[in-house]
Amino acid sequence: MTRREIFQGKALSVGKVVLVTGAARKLGGRFVRRVQRDPGVDRVIAVDAVAPAHQLGDAEFVRADIRRPAIARVLAEHAVDTVVHMDVTGTPLGTGGRATVKETNVIGTMQLLGACQKSPSVKRLVVKSSTSVYGSAPRDPAVFTETTPPKSLPSGGFAKDAVEVEGYVRGFARRRPDVAVCVLRFANILGPEADSPLAEYLSLPVLPTVFGYDPRLQFVHEDDVIDVLMIASDEPRRSTLNSGTFNVAGEGVLLLSQCSRRLGRPTVPVPLPAVTWVGTALRTVGMTDFSPEQIRLLTHGRVVSTDQMRETLGFVPTYSTAEAFTDFARSRGAGLLPPEVVARTVDRLSTLVSKERT
Amino acid sequence: MADAKVIPFGDEPRSRRGSAGGRRQHAKDGAAKRSQGSGPGSAQGSGAGSGSGSGSDSGPVHGPGPGRTPGPLKPVPERDAGEPEPREPRERDGDSGSGWERRIAGGLAFLRRRLTGEYEVDEFGYDKELTDQVLMSLIRPLYENYFRVEVKGIENIPSDGGALVVANHSGTLPLDGLMMQVAVHDNHPAERHLRLLAADLVFVLPVFNELARKAGHTLACAEDAERLLQRGEVVGVMPEGFKGIGKPFGDRYKLQRFGRGGFVSTALRAGVPIVPCSIVGAEEIYPMIGNARTLARLLGIPYFPVTPTFPWLGPLGLLPLPTKWTIQFGEPIPTDGYPPEAAEDPMLMFNLTDQVREQIQHTLYKLLVQRRSVFF
Repeated sequence: MTRREIFQGKALSVGKVVLVTGAARKLGGRFVRRVQRDPGVDRVIAVDAVAPAHQLGDAEFVRADIRRPAIARVLAEHAVDTVVHMDVTGTPLGTGGRATVKETNVIGTMQLLGACQKSPSVKRLVVKSSTSVYGSAPRDPAVFTETTPPKSLPSGGFAKDAVEVEGYVRGFARRRPDVAVCVLRFANILGPEADSPLAEYLSLPVLPTVFGYDPRLQFVHEDDVIDVLMIASDEPRRSTLNSGTFNVAGEGVLLLSQCSRRLGRPTVPVPLPAVTWVGTALRTVGMTDFSPEQIRLLTHGRVVSTDQMRETLGFVPTYSTAEAFTDFARSRGAGLLPPEVVARTVDRLSTLVSKERT
Repeated sequence: MADAKVIPFGDEPRSRRGSAGGRRQHAKDGAAKRSQGSGPGSAQGSGAGSGSGSGSDSGPVHGPGPGRTPGPLKPVPERDAGEPEPREPRERDGDSGSGWERRIAGGLAFLRRRLTGEYEVDEFGYDKELTDQVLMSLIRPLYENYFRVEVKGIENIPSDGGALVVANHSGTLPLDGLMMQVAVHDNHPAERHLRLLAADLVFVLPVFNELARKAGHTLACAEDAERLLQRGEVVGVMPEGFKGIGKPFGDRYKLQRFGRGGFVSTALRAGVPIVPCSIVGAEEIYPMIGNARTLARLLGIPYFPVTPTFPWLGPLGLLPLPTKWTIQFGEPIPTDGYPPEAAEDPMLMFNLTDQVREQIQHTLYKLLVQRRSVFF
């Protein structure tokens, strides 16, 4: 500890001080562990309202609720220069319902941005957003770019939170033009540790789908999320620019039908009006969060363009959408109809047919 | 499939049908195999195989028994000579016997890929494999045997690179778009896939949404069109929209307003040629003599057609009249000569829109004069 305090004097000039919100979540924890290994980073302050269940390495954990003004003190005390705001999420951590989540997302962001505005040391702000800000509607173009205005703004749920959060971030960027602001709109994050609503949905033994629709989905792997956050929280590399808004998604597209087949989980098509009931029933049983927003995603799907991410941000994901999905599928174990078994059955059939012919 | 262009016997419809039929068999084997290649599958298989050998028009056969014998005389004993390995023969002899087996193997491989989800779709949800093997072969009977579509000027669609095909729209139900898609794919030497831009109504409705996306259609909006054109796809658009498809029978073959001409600026921005396309025959499939506006508003659709048979005969009224169709692709209008800012010039847009519209209208009249009868 003493060594670090000695360091602290020099820290202002030498290394960066990174503050990460939402550190009690798995993804936040991973990023905290990763960013402290970066040679340019001197100290990492991990912030969350609850104590994390996982290790944070050498990072300093500060238990603070970003909805309270106390966060400003944390920023000032540690002379933070880079803020990575990862506490914009769709699911509650531990106890607390939707109301708490919304408050943390919206009020928390407002408080954090207010604190950042007051703090002269903050040089860089990275916000984890989501492609759900585009909504999903039949009248939307097939591929969203960063500038596509959504045809139907999300009316509630996490998507609306994300829209509001981005609105506040834009306001902050206007008021503090000296701060580099990077908003990363992540597609659905999948991976062995994913705990998003979509991951929960895909873990159901039988997938209820919306009859007559086969949504296009895009995924981004957890590892890529960490990597792109590293790029965004650092100085821009040569001939790239890391401030602005970027869609982040793996290459390629998977249809929900493909996902279910690759997972080996059969689907049950449910007509659109009845889907809401099924969703409510599933939520009551506590199996998954089947929010209206989720249903819209599973009806119309969503695909974003990642040209900006590749060309401007200079980030190329390691995992394509299909690879990220494969990695996720591997971690979830076999479904009721594992693709290997299906493939073997078809192979046996083909042998049978050939034998018959001989 | 090598049998695609065997029969250059002028314009006679039957020859065309034959050539396209070959492709259909190729495309259909996926479906045929699912029934383990029983009757029709084997008949088709040997039919295509023997086409080059015997060349008989009589079309071999129904039922599995004769279907196996007539074409391949030689391979039969060879197969009986016995092979322990089931997968060997398709590599060993290139004859029709092994062709049959290859079809089965191909069909099962197709089935395997479908069931395990190991196939690719593009970002628009276009499933090339499914379109080629299943969806196309489902519409092809309608294309070949029912509407007997005759295609002219297919060479006006470039073999590579983007192009915007602009066509008239008619027929109450958008069958003309589907026929155009089959026409481009089956007649073009490069087997190009037409990517249609469809109305938003298609993507609101269940089932239609899924099928349209898989067949490569996407929403008619500038963003999607431009993205497709920049990827070098052939994009089909019908700028008349609902005004064209839902016009009364009395107005047949009178082009409606071409939207706001957005298609021209899209083509200009992408620098691709505009290929005007005139479709004759689609207007008469459902002669719309009335429009139940109130009902349409209640159902939330742009028009509710009343034809001599629909809704009076119920589902039977959904059967289109078997008209004879002609699809003519006209001379392409180049757009790469304009400076980039030309896409913002409304006067130029109007002029180009009018030029395209005039060309389509003119060709329509010409084709109508040439037409002997609506049905033949």
